[in-house]
Amino acid sequence: MTEYIIRRVLQALLVLMVMTLLVFFGVNVIGNPVYIFASSECDQACLTAIIKDLGLDQPIWRQYLTFVGNLIQGDMGKSFTHGVPALHLIFERLPATLELAFCALLMALVIGLPLGIYAGLKPQTWAAKLIMSFSTVAFSLPVFWIGIIMILTFSVQLGWMPSVGRGDTVALGRVHLSLFTLDGLHHLAMPAFTLSLIMMAMVIRLARAGMREVMFTDYIKFARASGVPERRILGVHALKNILIPIVTVLGMEFGGVIAFAVVVESIFSWPGVGKMLIDAIGVLDRPLIVAYLICVVFMFVTLNLLIDILYSLLDPRIRLGGGRA
Amino acid sequence: MSVPTITALSAPAAGSIRDLTRRFLSDPGAVLALIVFVGFCIAGFGAPLIAPQNPYDLRQVDIMDSLMAPGSESFTGMTYWLGTDGQGRDMLSAMLYGIRISLVVGLASGLLALVFGTLVGLVAAFRRGWVDTVLMRIVDLQLSFPTILVALILLVILGRGVDKIIFALVVVQWAYFARTVRGVALVEGARDYVEAARGLRLGGLRILLGHILPNCLPTMLVVATMQVAMAISLEATLSFLGLGLPPTRPSLGLLIANGFDYLQSGRYWISVLPGLVLLAIIISVNVLGDRLRDVLNPRL
Repeated sequence: MTEYIIRRVLQALLVLMVMTLLVFFGVNVIGNPVYIFASSECDQACLTAIIKDLGLDQPIWRQYLTFVGNLIQGDMGKSFTHGVPALHLIFERLPATLELAFCALLMALVIGLPLGIYAGLKPQTWAAKLIMSFSTVAFSLPVFWIGIIMILTFSVQLGWMPSVGRGDTVALGRVHLSLFTLDGLHHLAMPAFTLSLIMMAMVIRLARAGMREVMFTDYIKFARASGVPERRILGVHALKNILIPIVTVLGMEFGGVIAFAVVVESIFSWPGVGKMLIDAIGVLDRPLIVAYLICVVFMFVTLNLLIDILYSLLDPRIRLGGGRA
Repeated sequence: MSVPTITALSAPAAGSIRDLTRRFLSDPGAVLALIVFVGFCIAGFGAPLIAPQNPYDLRQVDIMDSLMAPGSESFTGMTYWLGTDGQGRDMLSAMLYGIRISLVVGLASGLLALVFGTLVGLVAAFRRGWVDTVLMRIVDLQLSFPTILVALILLVILGRGVDKIIFALVVVQWAYFARTVRGVALVEGARDYVEAARGLRLGGLRILLGHILPNCLPTMLVVATMQVAMAISLEATLSFLGLGLPPTRPSLGLLIANGFDYLQSGRYWISVLPGLVLLAIIISVNVLGDRLRDVLNPRL
């Protein structure tokens, strides 16, 4: 067991190292950020000063070594445009993204689970067919297009919903959240719903498939035979068993939600890390781009590592076979 | 020579091509999807011939005609049936050219990913052993990152361009093909007709390409259709974010992004019309893929 965990951790570190190499060298060969800072009257001396200031006069491998050295100490360099540490900016924006992602996750479960269970119990009804068509459509349409239609309908035409920003926030320590004000929730509803659609489609399908399988098992028949009320059979016996695959898939897909948040945040001008990335790409703010990508890659590798270790604890067969990276 | 017998043995058991076509066309939804898709293909690839103006030729575009509603008439007497965008481009023409770029990107990346992924999958299934292990580890690693994130990273590094977005899409899609083809090839490799071919002492490469590959085709076709739909959708998303195609080659996604700025002022047509076309393309390709799966019934 310990050997398996050590092997997986080493693998994860290797992936992390390859990714930092790829991201750092990749991002640092594009464009020339000097011209963003140089005014039109900037002469050669002034350009040289800017280059030296940004550390761009060093050979690229030395820049990389400095970068890795700083990274280990938790320093990802200063943002070119904001002039503050990149990591600081990310942590400042991260609560907004996580808030959006968790609300989307919650919506997907609260709406998707009952719909999926219904479709699984009565698969022949027209309502069930409607639910399944909805899940197909929600799964195949581009997220940004759904967001645009939501804005057009509810903000521009009907004027019910705000389409920009977070609204009023409440400060919990240094973290600002929209969840606890009415205005904040009003702003949160549309972006969170848009982001939740893909997961909702997935929850509907998994719940339906799970329901159709579970309802024919012996323990449900036995529960019925011993007079357990139908509501309790559904709510306790069946639900418990269909939840296992749903929770697994949602856990694995959570990273995908963070990635799709980039799209949703751009459409709704939600001030999270995704919007920050797109803005940073627009002005070629290299340290900020690199810091974001490294953070996301780190998050993914850690998430996958945790899932693998958790699985190997639950299922000894995996320890002997292979895991995922 | 007993080779023809072997070829006959390895033909798909599902039925002849004509039989499959008839079954495919028996579903009205699939026929409609096929008509829609072929229609958009003709419209897109015939854009230079049928578009009222060349939206990239600045001499034909008049900034004075910008932001006109659908059906308005220009000073020179030309009617903009679908309105104009912020630069005075005829939306109908811009969309026709946009359809062409979206289709080219989607089909090209789908096809390239199909070829590369199939190659990797066949090699993995054929060589087994450490080659298989290494290749499948790479596939697993690739699939553990969300597609949109990988494409985003690549495009940040590579910059904008038709060739670059096709490259990025191939990178995120080949793994699906590789895994599927490997799975099917392993199953097919254990069947009797392969055993028979081995009994005839046919070469390994010949068995792989001449006998196993044709039997993987139905599955590959279904996966490819789905992946083309995904590629078109992903390209639109990335272009919308300003990462995919350059502003000089506006695809449908970029047109939607351009119109997004005017959405709040009620000029819906610049965003919504290309969006509806994008929707129609993606849904029709998905319906075609679903029907293909039902008809060919590959073991996915």
